[in-house]
Amino acid sequence: MILPNNVKQEKYSIEAEVTEQQELAENVFYLQVHAPEIARLAKPGQFVQIRLLQDASFVLRRPVGVAEADPVKGNMAFIYRLVGRGTQALAELMPGETVGVLGPLGHGFTTSFAHPLLVGGGMGLSPLLYYAAATQGRGDVLIGGKNAGELFWTGLYENLVHQMFITTDDGSLGTKGFTTTLLPKILEEETDYDGIVVCGPEIMMRGVAKIAAEHHIPCEVSLEKRMACGLGACLSCSIDTVHGRRKVCKDGPVFRAEEVFA
Amino acid sequence: MSDERLHTEIAGIKMQTPVLTASGTFGFGEEFKDFVDLARLGGVMVKGTTRQPRRGNDGVRITETPMGMLNCIGLENPGVDVFLKETLPRIKPYGMNVIVNISGSTVEEYGELAGMLDVDGVAAIELNVSCPNVKEGGIVFGTDPKAAAAVVRVAKAQTKKPVILKLSPNVTDIVTMAKAVEDAGADAISLINTLMGMEIDIHTHRPTLGNITGGLSGPCVKPVAVRMVWQVAQAVHVPIIGMGGITCWQDAVEFFLAGASAVAVGTANFTDPAVTMKICDGLNQYLEDQNIGHISELVGKVEIEGRA
Repeated sequence: MILPNNVKQEKYSIEAEVTEQQELAENVFYLQVHAPEIARLAKPGQFVQIRLLQDASFVLRRPVGVAEADPVKGNMAFIYRLVGRGTQALAELMPGETVGVLGPLGHGFTTSFAHPLLVGGGMGLSPLLYYAAATQGRGDVLIGGKNAGELFWTGLYENLVHQMFITTDDGSLGTKGFTTTLLPKILEEETDYDGIVVCGPEIMMRGVAKIAAEHHIPCEVSLEKRMACGLGACLSCSIDTVHGRRKVCKDGPVFRAEEVFA
Repeated sequence: MSDERLHTEIAGIKMQTPVLTASGTFGFGEEFKDFVDLARLGGVMVKGTTRQPRRGNDGVRITETPMGMLNCIGLENPGVDVFLKETLPRIKPYGMNVIVNISGSTVEEYGELAGMLDVDGVAAIELNVSCPNVKEGGIVFGTDPKAAAAVVRVAKAQTKKPVILKLSPNVTDIVTMAKAVEDAGADAISLINTLMGMEIDIHTHRPTLGNITGGLSGPCVKPVAVRMVWQVAQAVHVPIIGMGGITCWQDAVEFFLAGASAVAVGTANFTDPAVTMKICDGLNQYLEDQNIGHISELVGKVEIEGRA
């Protein structure tokens, strides 16, 4: 549309063609769409709101983190786990079909760190994948999963980071335990990290943030909240911060850890 | 296509189109600037404003339901002082009709708010007497015709702006409410607010929403809204802004036929942020195709057999 007063358009709502859909692991899918306007603008840590166009009973969109964005080809990708009827319908989309994409939304990670450490648990590794690509191999990643079966992530990160550290809850791959089990040791051995970016379960992010603070390393976390508009209007995703109420969809999803985990 | 067929005036408010956005679903309008020509809207009913800042409800605030959603935001807002000092100057340049939705915890507070908002840049005041998601006030004014009338009178006394009263559907007799607020001097009536609802998580045996109950909106409430607009339209003379589950121009036409002079779009803004523009385009096309000169010719034109 034509905007009044030459307001610069920062977000787009488009019907994007599905270019690829594949199951990466049990119930985990990779969806690639052609969304050039959004791919051009999306920054690591930002997200989109997906609308399932096939079924009008999806009144709300689904927020999904950006896992890949290629401004040249105009493609972007999302990695998601089947959790309900929305993601089920998303997984049924075939190449050539269309899906509504609204974005890019929110405030992403700082990408100017010289040597960032990425810490991700579960699906939190999805937005960090784009972060790894955008920081062009400067980062290391600490991957946490339940067991070896979930760690298809290693293949995705292999060429995007310098070093990879792995933990699993059951010890079937890497160090037995959580990311927070291994993190202190990593920070003792590699002392030049100038930023830690985290995405995963809140309990994990809190633990990582605490360790980062002890080592005086800036730490950014990506929060998840139910949301409706994704634009900062409906206030479904309001949270408490040290600066008062903030919106996860607009002011986040990425926040400095000390703002939200005080 | 020009919007000439859609130009509307309600209670002295000149509107390019009779398509507005419902309070709480559209922020202060600016959040949708990438998708909507805000000045083309009949007005933006901005996020509910209270005398003091409110933090809203804790816990889960929304959940999708069959063809709709429940919300219990709880009127989170920065308060009227911040609205006047920061928000209003910031949104003025968009050239939209800013209709400020206000909620008081006492009758007097409605008057105070209405008075404070009697300023340049505010097109009208919408009295929210029916927010189902706050513990104090709100619902009391929305379900008692005398209390709702008192709120209208005190607001009218404090402002020269048009005063719109938003009716709650959570009443036994919507017509009694509508007549009471019309008699008290309301310049227009908007309806419906959300229907009170609840969802229980069968895995945890707990309510999904942090506030236990919430307001139901979206396509599932549309038939209730159309029915109430139709009933109210026959009982009052003031213009009606109809809302409740409108997602497309066809839905909007139904409300006009039922007796609404304008419509407001709420939940559908979440599904498609540009939906209001599509509704305006669709209405224009419909009027042209039907050879109808102006949208007002549709208002209240539902044909009912056996009735003149």
